[in-house]
Amino acid sequence: MNSLLVADTVSKKFGDFTALNNVSIAVPEGSIFGLLGPNGAGKTTLIRIINQITMPDTGSVTLGGEPLQQHHIRDIGYMPEERGLYKSMKVGEQVLYLAQLKGLSKADAKKRAKHWFEKLEIGDWWDKKIQELSKGQAQKIQFVVTVMHQPKLLIFDEPFSGFDPINANLIKDEILQLRDEGATVIFSTHRMESVEELCDHIALINKSNKILDGEVNSIKRAYQNNTFDVGVQVLDETAFAKAEQELKAAFKVTPAHFKSLGNERKLRVEMGDKSTPNELLTTLKNHGQVTHFMEVIPSVNDIFIQTVSQNK
Amino acid sequence: MSILTLIIKREYIARVRNKSFLIMTFLSPLILVGMILLISYLTQLNSEDKRTIVVVDDSGQFETVFFNTDQTTYLNLSDQGLEAGKEVAKGEGYYGLIHINDNPAVVEDAVTFYGNETPSFSFIGDIEKRIEKKMTDENLIAQGIDLNTLETAKSSIDVQIENFSGETSSKMSNWVKAGFGGAAGYLLMMFIIIYGNMVMRSVIEEKTNRIIEVIISSVKPFQLMMGKILGTTLAGITQFSIWVIVGGILLVVLTTVFGIDPSAASAASPAASQAQQIAEDPGMVIELLQEIQKLPLLQLVVGFFIYFIGGYFLYSSIYAAIGAAVDNETDTQQFMLPIIMPLMLGIYVGFFAVIDNPHGTVATVFSIIPLTSPIVMLMRIPFEVPVWQLALSITLLVASFVFTVWFGSKIYRVGILMYGKKPTYKDLIKWLRY
Repeated sequence: MNSLLVADTVSKKFGDFTALNNVSIAVPEGSIFGLLGPNGAGKTTLIRIINQITMPDTGSVTLGGEPLQQHHIRDIGYMPEERGLYKSMKVGEQVLYLAQLKGLSKADAKKRAKHWFEKLEIGDWWDKKIQELSKGQAQKIQFVVTVMHQPKLLIFDEPFSGFDPINANLIKDEILQLRDEGATVIFSTHRMESVEELCDHIALINKSNKILDGEVNSIKRAYQNNTFDVGVQVLDETAFAKAEQELKAAFKVTPAHFKSLGNERKLRVEMGDKSTPNELLTTLKNHGQVTHFMEVIPSVNDIFIQTVSQNK
Repeated sequence: MSILTLIIKREYIARVRNKSFLIMTFLSPLILVGMILLISYLTQLNSEDKRTIVVVDDSGQFETVFFNTDQTTYLNLSDQGLEAGKEVAKGEGYYGLIHINDNPAVVEDAVTFYGNETPSFSFIGDIEKRIEKKMTDENLIAQGIDLNTLETAKSSIDVQIENFSGETSSKMSNWVKAGFGGAAGYLLMMFIIIYGNMVMRSVIEEKTNRIIEVIISSVKPFQLMMGKILGTTLAGITQFSIWVIVGGILLVVLTTVFGIDPSAASAASPAASQAQQIAEDPGMVIELLQEIQKLPLLQLVVGFFIYFIGGYFLYSSIYAAIGAAVDNETDTQQFMLPIIMPLMLGIYVGFFAVIDNPHGTVATVFSIIPLTSPIVMLMRIPFEVPVWQLALSITLLVASFVFTVWFGSKIYRVGILMYGKKPTYKDLIKWLRY
């Protein structure tokens, strides 16, 4: 697949502080890309470089194969983490102004704004001032402003912070639809679980360095460790205790946490390559009724923590 | 429409639509006139206090000196002596007591004022003048000089001022020039401070509203800063133009009114208190208006525009940088000194050096140094400034505003993305290198 955006060994220092250290990412066209990492990792700096707000010290960024130039800002829609609007300006004027700054003509801007306002059912806000709207309502306007010029690349920094669950879902659906229509999306967040299910590709950044990137499923496959959560309705306590001892001797066994209605024993068994699920199942079913047997797929969060601790 | 034009337009509309702009444009001239009237009324009120003063004159020479006026009543208790007089003067409704020794011509410290409060300078001066006059007269008479002869011998001279091209001007004209120059300089300082603050506040607003990053992902920080400065400049020019037009109309109206029928002047004059005072003497009003018309008004207005734009650019880019560096208005205080200092210096130099000697070294130098030149030069313009000085001053001004705009934009660029930090001067210098 073609990469729409490629950052090649990008570094940025602020005084003595290194914000990015030789970070390279490639964002495939039409994908949803997660730029993940804790606060202060350097995500926002990278995004600002992509938006040409700051310039990299070394390294280069290309968009659609061309090195970044001033006109590329029209191809990017950016919703920063620190976002807001002019409080005392009317919604309509504001949307038109910001769209014109992105290079739309006034007539075009008006047409598209009307379209979005109808779609999100906010048409009657046109003449209101931002300060008269609620925070969630203002966020909708913010979204419209971000996408209105039909950018090829959409960048959302901490996309769902500040949205209530209903609006967050609404916006999520809109973003997915834009992706289906051909846009490429970058989500940057420290709340990895919030975008995990949406992303096709991810890059993990920690302390100015990229520590991992690739397709989500293949990363997960690489990190899955033959781990299963099991639930057993125990028949004979003493016998089961003995079996548990044996399991603990062979594998890493920890208490598992999942919802169930019965009072079964819950265990998480990490087998690695020492055994197979079937063997485990056979062992368990001799000691009771197996009510739960499910593979644990590592979350990006787990992978992140694991990678960070490995790299130490 | 280009991006810069868009930004300028937005900033201009945001300024002009603001309520405080409308108030300042249309109400502040009225408020100014109101203030002047109020102050003159209060001053009048202050001196209208009636007071009674006891006089104990041991010499008996000065009885005629202390005649009653509207405000002061003198009670001569010379025959009762100092101590009795003091007792009376201590009573309710008395301001104090003047005691004159037996032989004031010989004795030192012959005149004493007793009172509860320290009397005003003007009051003491008045008393001294009266007694001195009387004593001088007595001395003259003692020398055998007739006072009437002396009075007729007195003469007065009024120097006429004329330049080599034959234009005459009067002392009045000098005062008018100083007045207009001073007013223009002061106005310019106010403009720079008010509009500079507007720029700063609007930068801070964009930071606190968190819209800044949205905007600079579309435009360059430099474009945004320049758009802001230019848009606000236009708002300032709009305001000043309104004042010039209104002032011009007022001037024309006044001139016609006075030209046709001077006796109706005081009734028809809506203008400020100075006009009111002068109105008692219509001839003087006409002279004043003639002098105003003789001023290089066009040069003054054009000069105001040029120096306003130049000085305003110079300062507002610093204002913008300060706004970008901080998170809220209270944090701006520490950075205000470098702005306020040269402006104040300009005003003081203007009011002392220029009015005393408009073409002296101090006035000339300060009217060429960029940070003070807008104010000082503007004050000098009514006195006709050599062209080379104007040219040098404007050139330097332009050069230095190019520099401060560059410098300001460097800080602005970094500052707008810094949140939650209260920067120091050291930080600002560090930002220049980012």
